[in-house]
Amino acid sequence: MSNVPADLKYSASHEWVRARPDGSVEIGITDHAQHALGDLVFVEVPDAGRAVKAGEACAVVESVKAASDVYSPIAGTVLEGNGALATAPELLNTDCYGQGWMIRLQPADPAALGALLAADAYQATLAAQGG
Amino acid sequence: MPRQTPLHDLHVALGARMVDFGGWDMPVHYGSQIEEHHAVRRGAGLFDVSHMCVVDLHGAGARAFLQQLLANDVGKLKLPGKALYSGMLNETGGVIDDLIVYHRAEDAFRLVVNAGTRDQDLAWIRARVQAAGLALAVIERAELAMIAVQGPKARELLAAQLPPEERESTLRLEPFFAREIAGTGWYVARTGYTGEDGFEVMLPSAGAEGLWRALNAAGAASCGLGARDTLRLEAGMNLYGNDMDASRHPLESGLAWTVAFDPASRDFIGRAALEAYRASGNSARFVGLLLEDRGVLRGHQRVVVPGVGEGEVTSGTFSPTLERSIGFARVPRGTGAEVQVDIRGKLLRAQVTKLPFVRNGRVLIDLTPPA
Repeated sequence: MSNVPADLKYSASHEWVRARPDGSVEIGITDHAQHALGDLVFVEVPDAGRAVKAGEACAVVESVKAASDVYSPIAGTVLEGNGALATAPELLNTDCYGQGWMIRLQPADPAALGALLAADAYQATLAAQGG
Repeated sequence: MPRQTPLHDLHVALGARMVDFGGWDMPVHYGSQIEEHHAVRRGAGLFDVSHMCVVDLHGAGARAFLQQLLANDVGKLKLPGKALYSGMLNETGGVIDDLIVYHRAEDAFRLVVNAGTRDQDLAWIRARVQAAGLALAVIERAELAMIAVQGPKARELLAAQLPPEERESTLRLEPFFAREIAGTGWYVARTGYTGEDGFEVMLPSAGAEGLWRALNAAGAASCGLGARDTLRLEAGMNLYGNDMDASRHPLESGLAWTVAFDPASRDFIGRAALEAYRASGNSARFVGLLLEDRGVLRGHQRVVVPGVGEGEVTSGTFSPTLERSIGFARVPRGTGAEVQVDIRGKLLRAQVTKLPFVRNGRVLIDLTPPA
């Protein structure tokens, strides 16, 4: 059973979003996603200042076997990519909800978070996919 | 519904992540592909390769037939048990498949061909037998399972599973030799696809799970197709469908060493096409690449050779042993020591290397960037 923290929001494409007190959000990939991808060996995060649309591919994670896009669940402006992942991509496997965060974003519309999946709804999509 | 090997339920019970691979439901890893890779380089690992197709070819004229069918020369197989790696080519020199042929007895040979090409291979071989008017038996041995035990400790671990009187002779097998294990129906070959020492064991399906469990208990790690791919890439071994296929011939796929042009009188299928290609002087090079920038090489990425032309990555991955990205590429003649690879629109630097990258646990290339 995948770990799905109750205090985060989720996308159907297996990203998580954490609301921060300053109004920005952190984005990463879920435990289900990191497990499905296997050992991650390379991560490419966007540069600060890049504007992204909801659903836009804005980062890449590569496991030993394949490259996968990571989609921004909401629109906004990139404040920071997690530079630690350049030398330690395995943080996505070992701590995907903590040190393995990928992008900090300033949402274009703070209300957009409300449209994302809550933990129980995301958990239900995983169950429906047999995961 | 994908096909299952005799070890399918055991893989699931061992926690494998299963994927569809050429129509077969196969384990890609059992937790960590990288740890499985290291287990093979440092100790021993087990691979289920029962999806591969074992074909026995028997009858008068079998050797002469194979000398026409294969680009490498089965005439080199003088001793029983000797194995040979070869391409099976079409008339234009394209590779229908790559395979290992084992010499079991005079006019009795065993071929091990790829899973994904099984049906077309069998059809091709049978059509050729018929066209030659030969009474050869072409027998698919679907009842056999196949387990590869690979790594510096692999031979010792497998020998301990054999009847005591068979151990000594099996441990004395030289590389690329195989032998029957009396009273068991097992055929043990000192071959593999990892760049490490080890055996490949063909055995009746009923015994496969017991052998796997016994080797697991003795310390050999269960390994999936993921580790098999990174190990073969480090070992400089081609993968059919990536590095060569029916539209590419061996001379532009790093397989010139598998084509026996001597004796000139041996008229194997594809020979005329390969000779014409050689005479044209238009040969592409097949090289190893070591990525210098951060990223991962993958098949089909564009290779840019400034002032010379363009090529293509045929296979690429992250190398767990080198902790760098490596790959194979087909590049134009005249390519020097450095190329660029187009990865998602960025041109990254890569060093051209000899193959293999790793053999018997040792790194064989220079990892320091050129000055």
